[in-house]
Amino acid sequence: MRFSRPPAVLCLALCSLVFSAPPGRAQSGAELHFCLHGEPKTFNPILVDDEASENVRYLTGGVLIRVNRQTQTLEPALAESWKVSPDGRKITFHLRKGLYFSDGSPFSSDDVAYTMKLLMDPQTHSATGDAFRTTEATTIDVQTPSPDVAVISFTSLVAGLERLFDQVAILSSKSPKKEMSVLGPYYVSEYVAGSHVLLRRNSNYWKHDSEGHPLPYIETVRLDIQRNRDIELMRFRRGELQLINRLDAEQFDRLQKDSTGVARNAGTGLDGEELWFNQTASSTLPDYKKKWFQTTAFRQAVSLAINRADLARVVFDEYATPAYGPVSPSNHFWFNASLPAPRHDPQAALQVLSRAGFRYENGTLKDSAGHAVEFTVITNSGNTAREKMATMIQQDLSEIGITLKVVTLDFPSLIERITRTFDYDACLLGLVNTDLDPNGQLTVWLSSGENHQWNPNQKTPATPWEAEIDKLMQEQASTPDEKLRKAKFDRVQQIVAEQQPFIYLINKNALSAISSNLVGASPVALNPQAFWNIETLRLKPSPEMGASK
Amino acid sequence: MNAQRRLRLLCRGTLLIIFTLGLFAGSFTHYSYAHQFRDIPNTAPSATHLLGTDSLGRDLFTRLVYGTRISLLLAPAAALLATIIAVILGGIAGLRGGWLEKIILASADLSMSLPLLFVLIALRALLPLDVSPVLSIVATFVVLGLLGWPVSLRVVWAASRNLRGSDHILLAQALGYRRSQILFRQVIPCLRPVFLAQFWISIPIFILTEATLSMLGLGVMEPLPSWGNLLRGSEDFSAVAANPWRLVPLVVLVLTVICFQFIFPGSEELA
Repeated sequence: MRFSRPPAVLCLALCSLVFSAPPGRAQSGAELHFCLHGEPKTFNPILVDDEASENVRYLTGGVLIRVNRQTQTLEPALAESWKVSPDGRKITFHLRKGLYFSDGSPFSSDDVAYTMKLLMDPQTHSATGDAFRTTEATTIDVQTPSPDVAVISFTSLVAGLERLFDQVAILSSKSPKKEMSVLGPYYVSEYVAGSHVLLRRNSNYWKHDSEGHPLPYIETVRLDIQRNRDIELMRFRRGELQLINRLDAEQFDRLQKDSTGVARNAGTGLDGEELWFNQTASSTLPDYKKKWFQTTAFRQAVSLAINRADLARVVFDEYATPAYGPVSPSNHFWFNASLPAPRHDPQAALQVLSRAGFRYENGTLKDSAGHAVEFTVITNSGNTAREKMATMIQQDLSEIGITLKVVTLDFPSLIERITRTFDYDACLLGLVNTDLDPNGQLTVWLSSGENHQWNPNQKTPATPWEAEIDKLMQEQASTPDEKLRKAKFDRVQQIVAEQQPFIYLINKNALSAISSNLVGASPVALNPQAFWNIETLRLKPSPEMGASK
Repeated sequence: MNAQRRLRLLCRGTLLIIFTLGLFAGSFTHYSYAHQFRDIPNTAPSATHLLGTDSLGRDLFTRLVYGTRISLLLAPAAALLATIIAVILGGIAGLRGGWLEKIILASADLSMSLPLLFVLIALRALLPLDVSPVLSIVATFVVLGLLGWPVSLRVVWAASRNLRGSDHILLAQALGYRRSQILFRQVIPCLRPVFLAQFWISIPIFILTEATLSMLGLGVMEPLPSWGNLLRGSEDFSAVAANPWRLVPLVVLVLTVICFQFIFPGSEELA
């Protein structure tokens, strides 16, 4: 029969959970073993735009300035010191002397110049380089007055300039190995597509511990490419892996119950989940629906009706917190602590709706023209947490008479709808924040931005509050004064909390798993949360490794 | 009564019970399949919740019986649709032969070469978003039925082609019977066992296809339950180990599919 495929698919799915984990293998005491959740697309640090490649870049790349993932402050790395000019257009680095790349070629300011020119070359199409481009025409000039001084000048101001260098891994201008020659703690020794990436300790790495011992301590790091999170967890339990960088709440809860001490909760993370309505003028939605979605009171009422505490408790087993706004509380500097805490109050929601002309009759909410309020929320299929959240919101909104339909779509179809056809009512998706600085979200907040999801690519702002956000975001991006920038972005957060273009739902906790064999791990909210201090991690020489639970 | 007959009876009895549970779901439970008891998610089976609750606190027994109704009513409907298409096209191809036979078989081959799941996913994405959950599941099963005919068609075609040169058909033609008379009086009665077998075989396959789609998150829309989306609760192997009662929908599904395989009447009975 033609339809014999489904049983086979089901059997394969079930069997893969049971049988596909590879058998335990002997490990040396000096090999750290964990998983990447996808194939690294590139080992060229300039071209990185996926999580797997970014993890490899973090482990291998040497940067001038490092953001300390724990304190969220800047620390000198390849640059001993730096100075930004008062106009925010020039940065002068004083480099460490006597450093060498992993292949033995010497490090100098020429390498900084080479890297920055390559990074800013429009032909390179570097996502990292784009972060430095505050305008289309931004170009750079790099001066190297001596081998240990590099002066980088930008044609326009780059707010939060120093912080951006955390993502810039310096390439060698002379090494024949090109991007495989690195200044970070490890170098890529072996890559087997679909299987693993093997990193070896860079003996030329510049850092030493307080007693003068060279870092990193661990000789090799094996990154297995494993998309299936359940298999990853099983292998961790069998002792084949020493850490899991990100766990979902359910896995974390179970791991915590049966293996005390290995599940680590670093508190509220940067990642959030949000819901937004389609306010695009060109969408094919009926006019009455457009009117609902463009009404601030409607969005506020939906926000009030959603029980975020239940979402955090039921879907994320308490390993999430109700979201305040676009910035997670774990982003210490940029979070606006004066924002009101999110409320769940269906009665207040009904009052807000009533004032906006809606009426609640026999359990159904109707607008002033008599249309029953019902809409569809789309989310990506396969993301269980989002599907559960949508189902819970469905019940929450039914309390104020709104009928919500939940439709799951495969990711490409969903992206097509939210970015091209605009054929949708509302969408529930997550926001992955890797950059602490609000400049990383310019395309989200500027009304002309393509990621201004509720109404992207506007020629002129559709509403006064969007115009105000545009103005504030441009102002904060054009001053090097951090306090002033913070004040401007605080106001943006306040407007967003009032207008609810995005209805922020929860911020997920940063959850990870650390084996008892791994010493020195201290997971944090920022990526890479479990191995940010890779240099100082140690493996216990444990004979039972690979066989322990 | 031999062992095979006893097994067949047992399977028929089991299916009858499962069908009864699904058809009269409301009589067996007083909970709504959609209501979330948020204070008690993932509870173990108890007197108040016979199979415990799912991860959102919904009564699992209630969802199972209502899901049974959806899966067991719509899968036979989709199987019937696929079989009717296969019978019509396969019968025409087998009896007429010639260019028409070639076109029909080529269409079947083309259809069989399509990756079914991807076609279903694409069609699902093309559906308007604004349809109700009930309409959405009907559409899903109609699409399944419309795409599920090619393999049955090959079987029907082979059987009807054998029939084309048989003595009694030749005799009917010699006696001057019209084509429609030959079709309804001679061909269809002869092919009835093949039609029935194809119908019965298709039912569990459609059930499993819906389950696969729902496991991918593309089948029956929430909050409606189906066996497929109930099975999603057993995707996470370690979660199942902690809450083994989540496997009950899988057990019911496997039992049903097995029962469907054993209730086939033997060829001697069909003849």
